[in-house]
Amino acid sequence: MPAGRHTMLPAAGFAGIDLACRRGERLVFAGLSFSLAAGGALVLTGPNGSGKSSLLRLMAGLGRPEAGVLSWDGAPVGEDPPAHRARLHFIGHQEAVKPLLSVAENLAFWAGMRGGGDVGQALARFRLAAFAGSPCRLLSAGQRRRLALARLLASPAPLWLLDEPATGLDSDALDDLQAAIAAQREAGGFVVLSTHTELPMAGAATLCLSDFAARPA
Amino acid sequence: MSAFRLLVQRDLRLALRQGGDAAMVVGFFVLATILFPFGVGPEPELLARIAAGILWVTALLAALLSLERLFQADWEDGSLEALSLMPLPLEAQVLAKCLAHWLVTGLPLSATAPLLALLLQLDAAGYKVLVASLLLGTPTLSLIGAVGAALSLGARRGGVLLSLLMLPLYIPVLIFGVGAIEASIGGFGVGPHLLLLGALLAGALPLAPLAAAAALRQALE
Repeated sequence: MPAGRHTMLPAAGFAGIDLACRRGERLVFAGLSFSLAAGGALVLTGPNGSGKSSLLRLMAGLGRPEAGVLSWDGAPVGEDPPAHRARLHFIGHQEAVKPLLSVAENLAFWAGMRGGGDVGQALARFRLAAFAGSPCRLLSAGQRRRLALARLLASPAPLWLLDEPATGLDSDALDDLQAAIAAQREAGGFVVLSTHTELPMAGAATLCLSDFAARPA
Repeated sequence: MSAFRLLVQRDLRLALRQGGDAAMVVGFFVLATILFPFGVGPEPELLARIAAGILWVTALLAALLSLERLFQADWEDGSLEALSLMPLPLEAQVLAKCLAHWLVTGLPLSATAPLLALLLQLDAAGYKVLVASLLLGTPTLSLIGAVGAALSLGARRGGVLLSLLMLPLYIPVLIFGVGAIEASIGGFGVGPHLLLLGALLAGALPLAPLAAAAALRQALE
């Protein structure tokens, strides 16, 4: 790569250039670049420990890349973290569901923290409307997962970062997730997700993390 | 501002539904205080002499007891990670959680203290100042404790570590809290002590959230 590459950020969309990530002593991946235009989707694949979650966390701003830069519409995201946080949804491995609150209360809290949204409609889209009043400690693992995903719809954000969103979902919920992703892309949003299961999406780019595994020097 | 209120509301709701936390803090305060007459003997003069110190030390330990959970539950279920990605700055979120923590610990402690003071034969002149000093001092305990709670996140036996970290930092609050009560009983002015407690609170109010938020970011990386 030529020197001064950071001045050559793509003018539009979400991109990462020459990213490297370190976890403890280990360089997880290096020299990783990607770019997404509006409506684009990126699927991260690769074996366990290849850095899919690490890359998604970097994209969310949880941690800094060892090298490289992430950009949004031509500006490095590290320059304005609050603006980046405002434009993204990150759904990690953990559902961030409070067992003592009801389904609707949980979702209303997360939507409210982002300025409010349509909780009822989001619950209905993920088939949780019937459970709206029940406490979350009664939910199954798959239902908790659906509740976490409902946060995506309760308050809109252009960038979705989903870490193994399909874990624990039944086939109906998988259809719901795919429909939600399709709608997000149709509206010009961006979706990055990691997955081990087949999650067919039209026109999605695939990035295999093991291709960027750092070789021991 | 509404996101701030929402977070306070959620923490209060969780604390009230849990029920255990606030009741445990007050229960510990009452039981630990009641132990002293058994330990040092029931002579009213002796108890009256040490009442202020007993009440402040046990209130401080009771507040410390609940601090371990301040961020722990949110950290374990992924809520802390999600919260750190919300538009509301993490510093403001720490402040909101401290406020909720104080409302379910410091406030009930301040309200229970006069009843226990009766048991310990505290001089009548000290009651008002006892409540005032606790109301001024316990928010500082919550704020300073938040820094320790954030630093000890993820550590095994975090509760013990938290006590070791926090107790030395609580000493100034203890000194001026007890000092105010003793001064009022002795007929001296309580103003300077309460002002110093206020100064500690005024210092902790902006500084503790900054430090705690930095520690939380470290824990989340």
